[in-house]
Amino acid sequence: MLEMMLSVWDWMPEALQVLIKIVAIVAPLMLAVAYTTYAERKVISYMQVRIGPNRVGPRGWLQPIADAVKLMFKEIVIPTNANRFLFLMAPILSIGPSLAAWAVIPFNDVLLLSSLDASLLYILALTSVGVYGVIIAGWASNSKYAMMGALRSAAQIVAYEIAMGFALVGVLMAAGSLNLNDIVLGQQGSMASWYVWPLLPLFFVYFISGVAETNRAPFDVAEGESEIVAGFHVEYSGMAFAVFFLAEYANIILIAALTAILFFGGWLSPFEGVTALTGTSFAFLMELSIAWFLLKTSFFIFVFLWLRATFPRYRYDQIMRLGWKVFIPVTIVWLFVESIMFLMKVGPWSVGA
Amino acid sequence: MSFQEVVFYLFSLTLLLSAGAVVLARNTVHSALFLVLTFFTTSAIWLLLEAEFLAITLILVYVGAVMVLFLFVIMMLDVDLAKLKEGFIQYLPIGVLVVLVMSAEMIMVVGSSKFGTDAYPIPVPKAADYSNTKDLGSVLYTEYVLQFELAAVILLVAIIAAIALTMRRRPNTKYQSPAKQVMVKKADRLRIVKMDSE
Repeated sequence: MLEMMLSVWDWMPEALQVLIKIVAIVAPLMLAVAYTTYAERKVISYMQVRIGPNRVGPRGWLQPIADAVKLMFKEIVIPTNANRFLFLMAPILSIGPSLAAWAVIPFNDVLLLSSLDASLLYILALTSVGVYGVIIAGWASNSKYAMMGALRSAAQIVAYEIAMGFALVGVLMAAGSLNLNDIVLGQQGSMASWYVWPLLPLFFVYFISGVAETNRAPFDVAEGESEIVAGFHVEYSGMAFAVFFLAEYANIILIAALTAILFFGGWLSPFEGVTALTGTSFAFLMELSIAWFLLKTSFFIFVFLWLRATFPRYRYDQIMRLGWKVFIPVTIVWLFVESIMFLMKVGPWSVGA
Repeated sequence: MSFQEVVFYLFSLTLLLSAGAVVLARNTVHSALFLVLTFFTTSAIWLLLEAEFLAITLILVYVGAVMVLFLFVIMMLDVDLAKLKEGFIQYLPIGVLVVLVMSAEMIMVVGSSKFGTDAYPIPVPKAADYSNTKDLGSVLYTEYVLQFELAAVILLVAIIAAIALTMRRRPNTKYQSPAKQVMVKKADRLRIVKMDSE
């Protein structure tokens, strides 16, 4: 049976193979996005001593499906004097980059769509393109609140992108490669050789910038309900709104996955190099596998939700101050420290390099 | 026609049409978005040339940063199109003349006589594990390090100049000091007064 399937696979044209691989990544991703919304509602409700959604299906497990079906059957209202074409393009421009970035994410050492040489740069480029969805949505809606939300969001994303880029420079200095696969392989050895330890400040800067980049609480001024209703997507309804929603959660999962890959060894096992486990029945824990990657990613998604339940929204000028005056100097200083570590051969540079 | 050629002609056509639309579009925001499309298709053509580092950097820098700020400015400005279109016929002859001279000069400099297939051999496709980034980096930081540093210094001067030109201290503006705000204690702001109930 397996042989037959393999021969059918080889017989298929390459374009079809790639298409099947894309579906195999995007379909679980969309499911994960749907259940991240469920997880968010549940986690936040437990943190606030509530129960959360528990009516649709057993324990409310069908809630995201019900939400999706509801949104699909709602009317898409297009405001008068809105730019019709751009109004409908904006959600697509917003979700496109966040899905395309998954093309280079390595799930384990062989499971990835494309082993691009400059994959880190590719991801940085695509995440920076995502801002167009927000800007165009704000402009095409022909509404003041939407416009204000779009401007706030654009300024914020541009500010935090620089800090994020610098943090990634630190990672590529440590790995000596832009390829995500090589970056993970560079962290082999044990938990101590994960890049989070020598690059601790850069990890914090990267993750917080990631939260700001996805416009999540406490940096969600782009949709500050108390000030500008819902920000850039105030005029959107039905499926057009749902696509913005999907893009936001796909971005959260992407940032969480990237944090796991860049700083926490991706698919590598945290028990790697623990010799006490060899021969015991727990030896399987030492193997590298996609499960570790998913586990680490899930943890960082949880941190996103945790942050949202914990912190009040930042004031706008404080967001700008944090991005420009705190994070960028921190990253620049740490890049200098890293260069000195590189010269003195401490940390990940002590062996070989 | 091979698949690569189909892709090349598709992107070249899109590139030319969108570049034309940048000039011809009536709405300035549409113009800016067409410029974004132009950058994207240029980057795709660079990818066909196996220059993936430059292609991705083009998107990162121009699409991701420069055009975002550009759109920002255009959306905030209230551009009066009727006024801009004034005197179109009057300036047409001189415009055509400038375009002709520029095209002639560009053809002379980058025409097929200088950059044709007889001057440059057709590049051999690189192996799959060839790293564009590594090649570019090793040349940029060794052979051309002086030029690279000079460009960096010029950019720094430009940034400082731009800030110096636009920043002015206005005595009437009130600034907040976030550090002071964060350091504030309850006792600084709140005074509990004991008083008899009335």
